[in-house]
Order: sequence, then C-alpha cells, then structure tokens
Amino acid sequence: MEILFTGLIGLFFAAAVYLMLSKFTIRILLGIVLLGNGVNLLLFTAGRITREVPPIIPADASTLGSVAANPLPQALILTAIVISFSFFAFLLVLTWRAFEELGTDSTDEMLLAEPRDEPLPPTGY
Amino acid sequence: MASPSTPVDLAAAMVTTVPALADWLVILPTALMILAGAALMMIRKSVRLHAVIAIAALVLLVLIDALLLWQVSSSGPVTMTMGGWLPPFGISFTADMFGAVMALVSALAALSAAVYSLRDIDASGLRHGFFAFLLLLMAGVSGAFLTGDIFNLYVWFEVLLISSFGLLILGSEPKQIEGALKYAILNLIGTTLFLITVGYLYAIFGTLNMADIARKAGALRGVTENAPPLMTLTALFVLAFCMKAAAFPVNFWLPASYHTPRITVSALFGGLLTKVGIYALIRVTIMLVPVEREAISLVVAASAVLTMILGALGALAQNDLRRMVGYVVIVGIGNMLAGVAIGSPTSVSGAILYALHSIVTMTALYLVVGEAGRLAGTFELSRLGGLWSRAPWFSFASLTLMLAAAGLPPLSGLWPKVMLLKASLDIGAWWLAIAILVSAFLVTLALARVFLLAFWRPAPEGMDQSLPETDWRSVLPIGLLSALVLVFGVYPEPLLALGQAAADGLADPSAYIRSVFPTGAAP
Repeated sequence: MEILFTGLIGLFFAAAVYLMLSKFTIRILLGIVLLGNGVNLLLFTAGRITREVPPIIPADASTLGSVAANPLPQALILTAIVISFSFFAFLLVLTWRAFEELGTDSTDEMLLAEPRDEPLPPTGY
Repeated sequence: MASPSTPVDLAAAMVTTVPALADWLVILPTALMILAGAALMMIRKSVRLHAVIAIAALVLLVLIDALLLWQVSSSGPVTMTMGGWLPPFGISFTADMFGAVMALVSALAALSAAVYSLRDIDASGLRHGFFAFLLLLMAGVSGAFLTGDIFNLYVWFEVLLISSFGLLILGSEPKQIEGALKYAILNLIGTTLFLITVGYLYAIFGTLNMADIARKAGALRGVTENAPPLMTLTALFVLAFCMKAAAFPVNFWLPASYHTPRITVSALFGGLLTKVGIYALIRVTIMLVPVEREAISLVVAASAVLTMILGALGALAQNDLRRMVGYVVIVGIGNMLAGVAIGSPTSVSGAILYALHSIVTMTALYLVVGEAGRLAGTFELSRLGGLWSRAPWFSFASLTLMLAAAGLPPLSGLWPKVMLLKASLDIGAWWLAIAILVSAFLVTLALARVFLLAFWRPAPEGMDQSLPETDWRSVLPIGLLSALVLVFGVYPEPLLALGQAAADGLADPSAYIRSVFPTGAAP
C-alpha cells in the first residue's frame, strides 16, 4: 500500500512542478494546490497506512509498534490541510483580482510593479 | 457494579507542578498579540480605537519582551509546555538568549512602524484592518522567535505569512496586487518545502521538539548502518529558509513586491520578515545539525557572496528609492548568510548582531524613504532634491541611518561586519572577506548618492514645496531607531556580550535542553 502511495505522491509532485513552471497564474495556482496535497499525502504515508488498529502503546513498551499507524503525522496533516486550504482560497481571489486589474493572466505581461524600461538613476549631480 | 477506580500516576505524562510566574513570560508576547489582534477585528468599524489599542499592546509587548530578556539573561532559558503534557509530547515554548533578544528588537521596530503609520495609513486602510494584521503579524514573528517546537515554527511562519498578505494588498492598487501575487506564490512554495522537511525530520527523529532533536542528533550521527538522511534534511532546511530569507538565487520575490505596499508595511517587512527566515536558519543549522551544515557550508557561502554582490549592484541601479532599499535588505541577508556559512562562534554572533542591526536599520531606512517621498511627492531619485533645507534634523537622522546601513563607524553596522570579516579571515576564506568589503563599498556608494541627490542637491525646478512638513509621528520613530543605531555604535559592549552569549547558547545547547528537560529524563 505504501509503495503504491509513494508512486502516487511522485506523480503529484511531478505534475505540481510542471504546472508551477507555467507562466499562467491559474496553472501555477493549480500546481500549488497539487503540491500541497502531495505533501499531505507524503506525510500521511510516512506515518504508515494501516486499518483498524488503534495506536495504543503496550504497557511494556515506550514506543508504538509497527502494527499501528502513527497518529502524529495525521495531526500534522490536519493543520496543514486547514492552512493550505485557506491559502488557496486567498490566492484564488488574488489571482482573480490580478486578472481583473491587470487584464492578463500571464506573468510575463505583469510589468506594472517592475517596468521593463525603468530609467536609470541620474549619473550626474 | 462500580469498578474500583485505579489511581493513575499523572506525573509520568503530565507536568504536575504549577509553572512559575516567570515561565508565563514566554507565551505572553504571542498570546497578547493574538488577543489584541482579535479584539481589533471585532471592533473593525470603530476605526478611532484601533491605533490606541494597537500602540498600547505594542508598548506592552516591548515591556514583556524586555522582561523576558532580563529573565533569560539572569537565569537561563525559560520553557513552558502547552497543555501540561511533559515535553516532548506537549508543544514547548522555549526562549533562549537568541530568541528573546530577536523578539525584543522586532517589537521595538514594530512599535516604531505603528507610530509612523498614524500618518501613513488612511481611514480606508484602518477599516481594512491594518492594525489587526500588524498585531497578528507580530504574533507570528514573536511565536517564531520563542517556540521550541519545529512544527509550531511552521505554524507561526504561516501566521505571519497570511497576515503579511493582508498588509501587502492594503489599498488594492493594481501594482500591489501584482507584487502580492509574486510574493504569495513564492513564499507559499517556500513554506511548503519547510513542511516537507518537517515531515522528514519527524520520520528520522520521531520528535518535533527542538531540544529533543538536539539531544538525539549526536546519537543518530553515529549510526552507520542504514544511516539516517540527515544531509538531505539539512539541504532542504537550508533551501526552505533561504527562500524565506531572500537569499540568491531564490530572492526574486523581494524586489518584485517590497516597494508596492504602504511604506509602513514595507518597513515592517524589510525589518522583520527576512530576519525570521535568518533566525530559523541559524536556529536549525547551528543548533540542530551543525555537522551537516559544515558539509554544505561552501554552497551557503557561494550563495552569500552572490546575494551580497548582486544585491549591492541592484541597489546601485535603482531610480526608485523604495526599490533601492529592498536591495539593501538583500545585501544584509548576504552578510548574515556568510556568518552562517562560516559557523564559528565569532561568525554566528556576528550574524546575530547583524540581524538585530538589520531589523532596526532597515525598518528605519524604509521610514526615511517614506518620509522623503512624502515631503517631495516622489520616490524617484532623478526628481528628488532639497530635503536638507526643508528638514535638517530629519536629514541628519537619515544620514546616520544610511551610514549605519553601509556599515561605517561609529554606527551599529560596523561591529557585526568587523566580526564577520575577522571570522572569515580566521578560516582563510579571503574571498568571503573581499565580498563583504566590496558589497559594503557598493552600498556606501548607493546610499551616498541618495544623500547627495535627494538631500543636498537644491530642489529641482517645479518641485512641490507645499506638502506638509514632518511632525512627531515621523520624527519619533525615526529618532528612536537612529538613537538605537547610534548608541550600539559608540557603546557596543553590552550588545556584543549579548550576541556572544546567544551564539554560545546555540553552539552548546545544553542549557536549552536542560530548560526543556529539567531532570534529564530518558528520551
């Protein structure tokens, strides 16, 4: 099961990187969503995937055996999901506003803040 | 049938003693900022109350951070663990010298920026929650400096990131939205990288508590069979934090966005945000994985040299004052990275002092630029002029700050640079020393030119002289920050001792570990 998930995570990351290399904001945004989900899956898989075994440490041991999934990565993912979802919501609105205000979704044409023909500072007094 | 209740020994898992009063100091800064920020959100429409509450909260924050620093310097690191669970199971907040002094200086910078904002931020900015975002940003910054848990550090990074988005787009100009888009995307990728690394770290160490990691790293390094991938971990951490700190080649978000927001916001960002990245880099690489840091120090040093030189060249090429200061921030980051790359106690304390100096100077420099732009009605170097005759005291403070940023004596920029130079010459890295000197020279040129053109040169024909003069709302913060720069420049001993203590605490974290695990309980 873990092996299967590892391949899936690899696909997520590959697709995310490919999309983020695009110059169109909406594709970058989709790439970021995929990246966030890939990371969540990564953490989830790293904590072992098992079914129906409660993570209870036996009385004579001090760490969890390998039969149960480690619950801590799952708690980390819960935090990360909330954060990445709220960021996605914000970025989605920001991208839409950028498209409205700048009239383009291509990062190559977003040259308001960094104009190409900005004058050099004066060379004489 | 009631079963007889078995007594449970809570002491095995819980803190059973009541925490000392002084321990509360370590969570108060964050708690205060979150509470005050939430209060401001609830009274969003009563705009007049915002400034009063926010500035009172920030004054209180400065006092608490000062008390915390005093407590830490008199009796060692302070720890408090959430929920009463024994560490490493509860999330610990641990303040050592490094964290406490960073928190104090950043609170001072935030307070100055808040006073300046009284004039800079209009009613619409206030209604859109400027002060609420400012306080939440400070919650994130203080939390990042004071937490003792690495996943918690990630959470504070996100807290300050989302507040910084709110601040960045205050005003909703197309320029700001464009800058914010670039800033948001690149920073989000950086923190996602950090999250991946935290996941790997937990897989290797089985703990997220920094004291626990520092304690276990030595034993794990000895493992030869199935050796844990500590090198991968370190490389990922360095990349993630360099992205946050704006080190070359992952720093293009900074010059793309820092000149777009309101000048107070630029001041806050330039002063605080990149320094949080540097803080995390120093905390993790110097304290947790020093051996692996040594192995990639050449890469970090190369990045430091490029950051410095390219930043300085960028500063020379700018006509817009705000963009120029952004590049000066980057030069400072290069210097701090050089300290991390060398890794000796002298260089680490040099990097820490540089970070403190940079928080104060960069905040102040942005405020100076904002004030100059407000007086002259433009930020363009080619159209500025005549500020000396209009505001002599302001010009004097500006000159002080510019010389400090360039690292000239007798101001605060000199000492960290001297320490970094000495440390790099000590290990024979002459090229690093040359890069530090050349970049300082180029920054001196860039800033001297600003002074020459914007301040000394007579006002150009047709410049609007009718804009309102400086008043206390800009004099007070700029004056306070330049006074700090001057005092640390001419009387550096206390700060040097502090930096040394902070660097020693990182090189030998036994006091830090003892503070989290007082009994030295088995891992």
